[in-house]
Amino acid sequence: MTLEVDVALSRPSFELAASFRTGPGVTALFGRSGSGKTTLVNMVAGLVRPDRGRILVDGRALFDSAARIDLPSHRRRVGYVFQESRLFPHLTVRQNLLYGSWFRGQSFRLGSIDQIVELLGIGDLLMRRPASLSGGEKQRVSIGRAVLSDPAMLLMDEPLASLDEARKGEILPYLERLRDELDLPILYVSHSVPEVVRLATTMIVLSAGKVLANGPVEEVMGRPELFPAAGRYEAGSVLDARVVAHDAEFGLTELETAGGVLRVPRLDNAVGSRLRVLIRARDVMIATERPHQISALNILAGRIVALQDDGRPIGEATIAVGEGAIRARITRRSMSQLGLAPGREVFAVVKTVAIDHKSFGQYPERSGREREEI
Amino acid sequence: MAFSFSPQELVAIGLSLKVALWAVVASTPVGVLVALLLARCEFWGKSLVNGLVHLPLILPPVVTGYVLLLLFGRRGPLGELLESGLGIVFAFRWTGAALAAAVMGFPFLVRAVRLSIEAVDRRLESAAGTLGARPVWVFLTVTLPLSLPGLLAGMTLMFGKALGEFGATITFVSNIPGETQTLPTAIYAFTQVPGGDEAALRLVLVSVAISLAALMLSELFARHVARRVMVS
Repeated sequence: MTLEVDVALSRPSFELAASFRTGPGVTALFGRSGSGKTTLVNMVAGLVRPDRGRILVDGRALFDSAARIDLPSHRRRVGYVFQESRLFPHLTVRQNLLYGSWFRGQSFRLGSIDQIVELLGIGDLLMRRPASLSGGEKQRVSIGRAVLSDPAMLLMDEPLASLDEARKGEILPYLERLRDELDLPILYVSHSVPEVVRLATTMIVLSAGKVLANGPVEEVMGRPELFPAAGRYEAGSVLDARVVAHDAEFGLTELETAGGVLRVPRLDNAVGSRLRVLIRARDVMIATERPHQISALNILAGRIVALQDDGRPIGEATIAVGEGAIRARITRRSMSQLGLAPGREVFAVVKTVAIDHKSFGQYPERSGREREEI
Repeated sequence: MAFSFSPQELVAIGLSLKVALWAVVASTPVGVLVALLLARCEFWGKSLVNGLVHLPLILPPVVTGYVLLLLFGRRGPLGELLESGLGIVFAFRWTGAALAAAVMGFPFLVRAVRLSIEAVDRRLESAAGTLGARPVWVFLTVTLPLSLPGLLAGMTLMFGKALGEFGATITFVSNIPGETQTLPTAIYAFTQVPGGDEAALRLVLVSVAISLAALMLSELFARHVARRVMVS
């Protein structure tokens, strides 16, 4: 499956000119609010009309201004999970789930209603009405409703944004199962780095209506110049990792990464399995000598390759460690006191405790991008 | 006062119910369409359509009745067309009373339905579209069910108005016992003859009872529907 988008839209307060192409698996559309993420997925869904351009799914034109094609949304076969669930209040959960099949038939290419209900864990809710569901339950029903409308691809517009942390944690495993068990490409709008790292294989960074980057998550996350545009707080680097050992005594797991061995809180993944780990820039310290007698378990030797200092109290250093790169947010004062400069040999220090379950992205077991073995 | 109805009174009660019911039933589909048009479409002359719909509310009823007589009378352009084409005659028939009641009650229906359609969350409609529903199905499965409380309220209001319609009715189809004499025109007739007070009073009570029952029934319906479509 491929999605090709090349669109332009001009409004008095907003310009959008975006072009990208993406394949199967989860593609994250990332950017701060107002960057045009939602407008872009609304264009794919047929809810917003671009001034000009083309939108193709597997070569099938949903919109093509040159050929005067503009399929109405009910003919696009694009499932949409909205931020605010938008369940029909006058229908039961079961009727909501079946709504798409009233118009598109009961072929259920992606799985029978029973399978989808089981996959999303909503079997006990079928006879209830949306008003009596919790936020997390509504969102799971809304995902099921989109999947059961037999779509060629799924759009998700910040489906977790209206939920609190606990509810997000409740839904993420279902999204992972959806990604891993159904053959359904997903365009996932988000402004949360941990969510992107956990779910997506490909990432598109959007700012002020323009595509700044498009590529594998690790690659895109490794480009610090992108992230002032995307919101600083959760910025960090993503490393490809492999589980090498579990330490039962202390409840830790050792990961082999391009930057060296990383000790993280115990994971359930089998030895040998692969994953992505997000190390947030604000959780990384820099030392100019190898620290001794320190509680942090991860000390990675490397070299500063870039220093970002725009005069504000806090700047950012990019440290090459092995084949990878780690970013560290440090004060300008530390930069100056330690005499940091590109080329300088340093040690990146990461507390094991700073890495939690939200920092990991599991690779899908079957769908997703092909990857070479390490 | 003996509470037994004369045949003429019974006929007036029955005719009133028949006229009001027909007025409501026949106008509802048109009213819903016009309300949808006004609520959801932008088109040239929209304010003119809106004005025409609401005109009977503002005009003296006798004017509306006279216009109906001009248009739908036996020699009126529309009356002639309908009689030769479909065999429908309005002039001085109960059908004419129903038409007058429909025209007079129409603004009430359209107003209530339009407001409730405007209150339906359009985001639910676009969600239905992405699930494969074409616009007419979106309307039938989402918009209409969600605006049902307003529709019921509008139909009740219209029924009440149709039951009480006087000026346009008496102007258009006169006051013929057994054919066009409804409750209000019958009450008027009884108050005009010596010794008619008792009959008039009886019909007044019947009017109050029917109107009250309609209001209560509609309230009951609306509450039931509102419970079902409670916004999440």
